[in-house]
Amino acid sequence: MSWVNLLGLVFVLGTVWGIKLMSSPVTAVKGNLLGSVSMAGAIILTLLAEGIVSLPLLWVAIAMGTLFGYYLAVKVAMIQMPQMVALLNGFGGGSSAIVSLLALLGILGDISNADRLTSGLGLVIGSITLSGSLIAAAKLHGKMNQRPIVFKGQSTWNNLTLLAIGILFASLLVIPSDGITQGAFWILVLSSAYGVLFTIRVGGADMPITISLLNSFSGIAASISGFAVRNPLLVAIGAIVGASGLILTRLMCKAMNRSLSQVLAGRTVLMSKKPDPGVTSIDEDHLSRKRRTPDGEDQDDFLSQIRSAKSVIVIPGYGMALAQAQHEVKKLADILEGMNKKVKFAIHPVAGRMPGHMNVLLAEADVPYDELFEMDDVNDEFKETDIVIVVGANDVINPAANTAEGTPIYGMPILRAYEAKHVVIFNLDTKPGYAGVDNPLYSMDNATLILGDAAETVLQVASRLQDTASSG
Amino acid sequence: MSLSILLALFLVASVIGHKVISDVPSLLHTPLMSGTNALSGVTVLGALTVAAVAKATGYRLLGAVAVILAMINVVGGFLVTHRMLKMFKKGTESEGRENVMG
Repeated sequence: MSWVNLLGLVFVLGTVWGIKLMSSPVTAVKGNLLGSVSMAGAIILTLLAEGIVSLPLLWVAIAMGTLFGYYLAVKVAMIQMPQMVALLNGFGGGSSAIVSLLALLGILGDISNADRLTSGLGLVIGSITLSGSLIAAAKLHGKMNQRPIVFKGQSTWNNLTLLAIGILFASLLVIPSDGITQGAFWILVLSSAYGVLFTIRVGGADMPITISLLNSFSGIAASISGFAVRNPLLVAIGAIVGASGLILTRLMCKAMNRSLSQVLAGRTVLMSKKPDPGVTSIDEDHLSRKRRTPDGEDQDDFLSQIRSAKSVIVIPGYGMALAQAQHEVKKLADILEGMNKKVKFAIHPVAGRMPGHMNVLLAEADVPYDELFEMDDVNDEFKETDIVIVVGANDVINPAANTAEGTPIYGMPILRAYEAKHVVIFNLDTKPGYAGVDNPLYSMDNATLILGDAAETVLQVASRLQDTASSG
Repeated sequence: MSLSILLALFLVASVIGHKVISDVPSLLHTPLMSGTNALSGVTVLGALTVAAVAKATGYRLLGAVAVILAMINVVGGFLVTHRMLKMFKKGTESEGRENVMG
C-alpha cells in the first residue's frame, strides 16, 4: 500500500472516530475538530499526491470558499439552522455534480462504459441535491411560500421526468463520444428539474424528512463522484454521510408514521385524506370558557396549580422557535426550579424543522442538556406529572393521533401530555397545527389555554409566579 | 484504483458509518447533520483534481467553481457545528445554578 493510500486511510478513520465522539455532548466538540482536521489533511494529501500544490487557481478557489463559508457560519442564527444546512447541502451536491460532469466529458482521459455510468449517476444525484436543497432552503427562509405547491398531474410529471432521466442515463452506454456533451446537458437539466418538482410539494412539518433525505443524497453524490474520479477517500467519506442521512430520514419517518417510499413518492401530510370534521371537532363555547389571559382576573386557578405542583414537564414546539421564546421559557423554568419543582423538557423527534432543532434552540438559551429528554424516555412520566407546560406545540401532543382514524396524523407517536394532572398551553391560537387536525386536548378539563405571542405570555406568567414566590 | 475495490470500500464505509451514527443521541442530531454535511464537502478532493487537470479554460473555471462550492460546504459546516456544540452544557456547568436533576 502506498503512503498516499495509507494516509488516506488514516483520515477516513479520523473521520469515523470524530463521528463516534459525537455520541456524547461531552466529547462532541472534539469529534467535530477531529473531523475538520481529517478533512484538512485529506485536502493537503490530494494536492500533494496529484502534484497540484503550486496551482494558484486552486488556492484562490479554496480561499474564496473558505471566506464565504466562514461568513455564513458566523452570521447564521440558531433558528435558521435548517436553511443553513439545506444551503450547504446544495453547495456540496452542486460541487459533486460538476465533478461528475467534467469526468463524464472526458477531461480525465478516455472513459469506459462503467465510468460513463458512475459519472452519469453522480451528475443525476448531484443535480437533484443542488436544486432540491436550494428550493428547501428558499422555503425555510421564507423566500418561497412554505405551503406545499401542488399542481394537477404533478405525480405524472414527476414520474415522466424520472423516466426520461433513466432513458438518458441508459443511453450513455450507447451514444458515441461526440454525443456525450449533449446527453450530459439534458441529464443536468432534467435532474435539476426533478429536484425542484420533488421539493416544491413539501411543506413546513415535512421538512425534517426532506432535509435528512437531501443530506443523504449529498453524501451519496460525493461518494459516486469519487468513483468517477477514482478517489477512495471521496468514496468512503461520502458513503458515511449517505448512511448518516439515511438513518436520520428513517427516524424522522418513524416519528411521523410515514414510510420512506411514501416520502420518495412525494406523498406529504397535506396530500393525505382530508380529516373527517366530525371526529375531532372542538366545542367553541367550551373552549372559550377554558381560555385565560396571563394578566386577567380569572387566572388564579392555573397559577395556584402551578404553584402547588411538584413536577413540571415543558414541551416546546416550532411555535416557540417562531416566537423566539426560548429565553423566556428558560426564565420560567428557572423560576419553577427556584420554587423547588422538578423541571424536565420533553422533545418530540420532529418538533422544529430539522432533527434535533429544539435541542439546539434550548441549548442556546442555556438550558442544560441533562434536562432535555427524548419522547420515549419521558412518555411514561406524564401520568405522574403535576403540570405540563406546552409552548408552541400542537400536532406532537394531539391525542387525535391515537384515535382519529383517517386523519393525516393517525398513528403518529405523540408526547402523552394529556395524561398529566394539568396542562397549560401557550399557543398563538387554537387553529389546527400543520396537519390540519383539531386538537381535542384544548377542550379537555385538565387544560388551560393561554393564547398569544408565547414570548410575551410566558414572560407574564413567569413574572406573576416570581411576584408570589418572593412575597410569599 | 479498480472499480471493485472502490465498491468494496463503499460498502464497508456504509456499514461502519451506519454503526457509528446509530449511537448518536437525538439530542445531537442537528450538529450531527451539519457535521456530516461538512463531510459531504469531501467532494472538494474531486473538484481539486478536475480543476487542475482540465485544459480548456471553461472547464478549468467550472472546476474552480466546484472547489469554491465544496469549500463553502466544508468550512461553513464545520464552523457552524462547532458553534452549536459549544452551547451544549450540563446542568452543573451553567453558571453556578443549583441543579437537582440527575
